[in-house]
Amino acid sequence: MTDNELIWRIAGGSGDGIDSTSQNFAKALMWSGLNVFTHRHYPSRIRGGHTYVEVRAKDEPVQSRGDGYNFLLALGDSFARNPQEEAYYGKEELKPLYENFDDLREGGVLLYDEGLLDDEDVDEIGLEEAAEENDWHVVPMDLRGIAKEHGREIMRNTAGIGATAAILDISTDEFEKLIKQNMSGDMQEANLNVLHDAYEAASELDIDHDIEVPEGSHDEEQVILSGSNAISYGAIDEGCRFISGYPMTPWTDVFTIMSQHLPEFGGISEQVEDEIAAAALALGASHAGVKAMSGSSGGGFALMSEPLGLAEMTETPIVLVEAMRAGPSTGMPTKPEQADLEHVLYTSQGDSARVVFAPANIRECYTQTRSAFRIAYEYQIPAIVIYDQKIQGELRNLPASHFDEEPNADPGSVLTEAEIQDAAHHSSGKFQRFLHEPEDGSNVSPRSVPGQKDGRFLATGNEHNPSGHISEDPENRIAQMNRRLNKLDDIRADLDENTSHQTYHGPEDADHGILVWGSQQGTVFEAVDRLNENGHSVKALGVSDMAPYPKEEVSEWLESVDEALVVEMNATAQFRGLTQKELGKYGDKMSSLLKYNGNPFEPAEIVDGFESSIDGEELAASNMKYVPAAGD
Amino acid sequence: MSAFSAIGEEREIDRDEFTPGIEPQATWCPGCGDFGVLKALKQAMPEVGKNPDEVALFTGIGCSGKLNSYFNSYGFHTIHGRSLPVARAAKLANPNLEVIAAGGDGDGYGIGGNHTIHTARENHDMTYIVFNNEIFGLTKGQTSPTSPKGHKSKTQPHGSAKSPIRPLSQQLNAGATYIARTAAVNPNQAKEIIAEAIEHDGFAHIDFLTQCPTWNKDAKHYVPYTDVQQSDEFDFDVSDRAEAAEMMRKTEERLYEGEVLTGRMYVEDERPSYGQEKRAIGEMPEEPLAERYFDEDAEWERTYDNLLEHHK
Repeated sequence: MTDNELIWRIAGGSGDGIDSTSQNFAKALMWSGLNVFTHRHYPSRIRGGHTYVEVRAKDEPVQSRGDGYNFLLALGDSFARNPQEEAYYGKEELKPLYENFDDLREGGVLLYDEGLLDDEDVDEIGLEEAAEENDWHVVPMDLRGIAKEHGREIMRNTAGIGATAAILDISTDEFEKLIKQNMSGDMQEANLNVLHDAYEAASELDIDHDIEVPEGSHDEEQVILSGSNAISYGAIDEGCRFISGYPMTPWTDVFTIMSQHLPEFGGISEQVEDEIAAAALALGASHAGVKAMSGSSGGGFALMSEPLGLAEMTETPIVLVEAMRAGPSTGMPTKPEQADLEHVLYTSQGDSARVVFAPANIRECYTQTRSAFRIAYEYQIPAIVIYDQKIQGELRNLPASHFDEEPNADPGSVLTEAEIQDAAHHSSGKFQRFLHEPEDGSNVSPRSVPGQKDGRFLATGNEHNPSGHISEDPENRIAQMNRRLNKLDDIRADLDENTSHQTYHGPEDADHGILVWGSQQGTVFEAVDRLNENGHSVKALGVSDMAPYPKEEVSEWLESVDEALVVEMNATAQFRGLTQKELGKYGDKMSSLLKYNGNPFEPAEIVDGFESSIDGEELAASNMKYVPAAGD
Repeated sequence: MSAFSAIGEEREIDRDEFTPGIEPQATWCPGCGDFGVLKALKQAMPEVGKNPDEVALFTGIGCSGKLNSYFNSYGFHTIHGRSLPVARAAKLANPNLEVIAAGGDGDGYGIGGNHTIHTARENHDMTYIVFNNEIFGLTKGQTSPTSPKGHKSKTQPHGSAKSPIRPLSQQLNAGATYIARTAAVNPNQAKEIIAEAIEHDGFAHIDFLTQCPTWNKDAKHYVPYTDVQQSDEFDFDVSDRAEAAEMMRKTEERLYEGEVLTGRMYVEDERPSYGQEKRAIGEMPEEPLAERYFDEDAEWERTYDNLLEHHK
């Protein structure tokens, strides 16, 4: 475990401003030159209930939440003062304190707001004993009191930041700058006073801890944003100007961001009656010539299954976003899981032709959403971006230059009117929209858009002949099925040539491998570095293309290792199953490390899981499951 | 050449342009009321001056869905009950398209009932024709949402315990701004109503009575019918909501008593269409969005120049 880092956790009640305070804290640390990464944990409630956000800061790029944390700012839950609720939920105002005991590292600092708590209650939760056992530095402060003195109680967040700065010996300059940027008038003044007062008050305390906040400096301009921001911006930059959706956590994030910004870019957002309609609208807009997207989370995506199949059959390009949360059914709405992979790959009837990308981090959320649009519109196929609640809300900084790319509004394989005049037409007057053998030798038959002269055709979910007329002719059926399915081979070749989405990590000649997909990649890469430092010989492959599957890349990599541990956040090893199915072998080489308790992996867990798997020992931790290799 | 030169082309339109030059698969039974819709729709097109390339027709599943095969325009034969959401978005993407949606009573009042209500509520500028034959035809004669109470079928062998849906009243309450009922046996009225509906700026709902000679033999061929605008018995103001509601109530009650009342039931010209509303609040561009993708001079902004500032 590296000591040269700060993992600051702020805990409080849902609705207490924990999220915005952590965002500001992270931004201020980024401004000071550090690299930051946040991890959110929140309940499926609007107000009240234990919530926390961690901000991890290092002088080098951070790719995971890390293990535990070393500084707790516990603010108390201000929505839990109703005695009736107390009977149901317990003493919620105490939860930000004791619910976070488990992960606070030895020697860590525990700063809590005593303004709301009774001493007797604090005695009851065993704080003193726990602190002694773990060598914690406990700092009770009346943050509420300081806040009230200058303004309102809600400013205790600012007081907490001021006290944190003093205890960690961080300059308050960046926090002041933020307050001045975000607020004005009395609010600004009051918050600045609260910040200073809390800083002064905490400076006077004598706390002798070992946490060293590293110093860093960026060599280029940074931005800090979430996976949902990156997906939205990727879509806009790739010319998406239409979104339709229905709210569902965690998909709502992308939907909200797009709805807020699309009109500025001359686009349209539609909140509609259900997810069937949402996907159907995206289809209608795309049919009419606009680059369109929709999306949802598990249950909502289930409703999109029929329009998804219609998009495949009519070869209407659309991009769908699937933001995974723990299932089945409504599951755990605010907790991450990677268990919708099979749902996304196989939902809808018939033999499917669809593209599925699973970005691993915020950088990839941007680039792969752009890939998804490019592929969907060039190849006339639905493309799905699948990610999870973890990347959705986590913030990470990256160079702004990452987004400095040209927009691409090219609607893909749509013809101009002049080209339509020269194209093949049917004796019924219809344009040959679905040619068996397109002239350029590809499997993509060019399309027209309603309103274009002489381009009329019928798009139908029934099997159809080249001009779109419904047909059950066996030979036509085979020709159309083959052409639609063969597009996947073309797409695979295109991706291999232009845009490798797979990420290799660790020494090339390592004996052991860890195979991982989606959001857990960064955590695995961090674990791989530690394992190699511990004397193991390990490398990792992060896979982001789920369909078409990168068979060659993964086969070659699996050939190069003695055995591979597949790490994923679900209970049934879905990605391992996909890999085995796609490659047709390696069942005897792959074992699984699974976690599905609602929290993403921490690097140390993967280190433990890997070590016990190669030692043939049982996992010590009960929050994970090890599934040995099964054979082919 | 403009990207969408078929739109707004001014010339004489011939109804035969809407007939495909080949014989489509004949899946409608002899005597089917659906032929009446097809004929009326084709006849309406020259009246409203629309050519096949500027019309986008969206259908659902069932016998009505075959309309696309016999009508030569841009077509999208979607999935059961979903023609409206697909059609809505096409209209938003390119408001210059003439958007027509069609489906059966199962499609629009059953499986797609939610979309029917919401499309009316939003008052999208489009025409929706529901082929109402009070039966599921293509799946071979099951009870539909408009089948009368007590209707016996293989899936309701004891007779349906459900009262039929009242589509005219429902759509009035939902917010449709043009509502009419016509019948296949009344070709002139049907043509006029379809033409009016197309020209109406807002959501026009036509409940089109189409007899099913195969599966609904007891159902009348909807004759004799009464045109409420031609009859002295019914003197009401189609723009008056309360009078329209009362007329619809009568119409819907009497249909099941064997008296077929057809005609315009409600016409509201004042309410802006959804597209106009959306433009007024700045949530929809002035120029058709679809055109931008074909405009070489269009400027495509990028997030880097505009949204990233907030994240720095």
